[in-house]
Amino acid sequence: MITKDAGTIAPAAPAPAAEEPRPTLQKTRRAWDEVPRWQIYLPLSVYLLFTLVPFYWILLFALRPAGSTSLVPWPMTFDHFDKVWTERSFGTYFQNSVLIALATLVLTTVVALAGGYALARFDFRIKRGFMLALLCSQFVPGALLLVPLFQIFAKLQMINSLGSVIIAETVFQLPLSMILISGFIRNVPYSLEEAAWVDGCDRFKAFRIVVLPLLRPGLIAVGSFAFVHAWNHFLFALMFLSDQGKQTIPVGLNTLMSSDSVDLGALAAGGIIAAVPVVIVFAFIQKWLITGFSAGAVKG
Amino acid sequence: MAQAAAVAKPPAPARRRRASATPHRLPYLLIAPAALLMLGFIAYPVISVFYYSLQNYNPTKPWRNGYAGFDNFVHAFTDDPQFWDTLTFSAKWVVVEVGLQLLFGLALALIVNQTFVGRAVGRALVFSPWAVSGVLTSAIWVLLYNSQTGITRYLADAGIGQYGTSWLSDTSTVFPAAVVADLWRGVPFFAILILADLQSVSKDLYEAAEVDGAGRVRQFLHITLPHLKDAIVLSTLLRAVWEFNNVDLLYTLTGGGPAGETTTLPLYIANTSVDAHNFGYASALTTVAFVILLFCSIVYLRLSKFGGGDK
Repeated sequence: MITKDAGTIAPAAPAPAAEEPRPTLQKTRRAWDEVPRWQIYLPLSVYLLFTLVPFYWILLFALRPAGSTSLVPWPMTFDHFDKVWTERSFGTYFQNSVLIALATLVLTTVVALAGGYALARFDFRIKRGFMLALLCSQFVPGALLLVPLFQIFAKLQMINSLGSVIIAETVFQLPLSMILISGFIRNVPYSLEEAAWVDGCDRFKAFRIVVLPLLRPGLIAVGSFAFVHAWNHFLFALMFLSDQGKQTIPVGLNTLMSSDSVDLGALAAGGIIAAVPVVIVFAFIQKWLITGFSAGAVKG
Repeated sequence: MAQAAAVAKPPAPARRRRASATPHRLPYLLIAPAALLMLGFIAYPVISVFYYSLQNYNPTKPWRNGYAGFDNFVHAFTDDPQFWDTLTFSAKWVVVEVGLQLLFGLALALIVNQTFVGRAVGRALVFSPWAVSGVLTSAIWVLLYNSQTGITRYLADAGIGQYGTSWLSDTSTVFPAAVVADLWRGVPFFAILILADLQSVSKDLYEAAEVDGAGRVRQFLHITLPHLKDAIVLSTLLRAVWEFNNVDLLYTLTGGGPAGETTTLPLYIANTSVDAHNFGYASALTTVAFVILLFCSIVYLRLSKFGGGDK
């Protein structure tokens, strides 16, 4: 049977060399056989059920008429979306959230790229101390700094302006982003840059032409991290933006949840609105995420 | 002549290159924006927390404000049962959450690392809750746990349990209910990180192990697990700190209730500072939380011999 397989898969192999490939073929066959299909599909299906039922549940509540107990969203209605978008001002929240998330994405990526490049390519006196500070800042809980941060933003007269939240989100996103990006840059051989200098590029141009394109998966991972975080985060917006017209989607969701009689349909529709952008981002970046991280993120 | 020119020429571009390649100020200029942001919005707040921890500071009771020495700390350790309760709950929450997330995340990563039909779709679907926020997770599970139209109603229709059961308002079920909700969102984090690290295991090792007759369990224990060790140590540590500090989910899902049953230390601190305006005491509690986190992290890294492998 083995000989037959070897024969069909590699018919062109000359007879004397056939002894070599045979064991490898046998091994790949064994490795393939070793995990029976049901051992993959059974646990995966169970886990998928756990993942998808909650998603289905929120869709169901968002799409079926109020008061219905049907398990299929039929007759379908978009009343809840209308209501939440206009009456509950999710339209405004959506705009604010998009602004905050995009600004955080850009700011984090640019600042972390500059810092990450310095950490990857230079030796300078405070480098070790700076790296240590980056690592230590991972232990600093943003939630516990709410009060001093509030005081700072009050002094800067930034309470009730989206800028406060953008800065706060960026600051707490920076350390990890910088560590990750410096890891990605270290994976790009320095000699490539040096070659570009020899060809007459200055450092910035060499970086832009040679290094930046190679950083794409990593930057997509880091940028989308920043976006999703800023989109999702709740406490800073809750604390720093008291003006209703300045609030964000998570704060709006919390308001819906904490009212005395929760309007479940509106809550579900609001949830869908909150989920759509991140789900789209996620679907787009998913494959970059794995490559981005395996490109030496953990090695750092 | 030609030779002399060739010898004379290189130093010029070399000097120019050195001048542009290692100017002293460039690295400092590059890290300056990040450093300034972090000094202003992390370091300064941290220092002010340390400062306030030694003060009586309450904007609503200004006549009592002033230097307090270690009074706040003494009060926390000797006279505040809520501090101990919330600290214990935080520890329990972190251990249970991180342990279960790691376990399921590892299993999930190993499964979707196999080659099978529908892998790309499968991966995208099981990872998707990763992107969902704590507040949205709460919203979803509030709908699921809801006593009138939640899952319990349909279970009761099918003869399991009773109508009107609300898992989130019953002290005996609220903990597992919250744990499951957070697992739903937390497992994909580990699965993604572990899957990424799995990509770099050398295939040769497995082939060699197979030649030696090692089964799948032994291959996992002797090749996969050691390879993943550093990634696991790092991700569990980051996740533990994150789970400790994160208040979004519990704040919105249970509000720390019922009866303070699910109040973590950070939630308690937030209440102390935001609702009770007791900044001094909240700062002292924050300091204690820092020290505990730092201490536990160092012990954990030491015990796990992080980075000490022969990789």
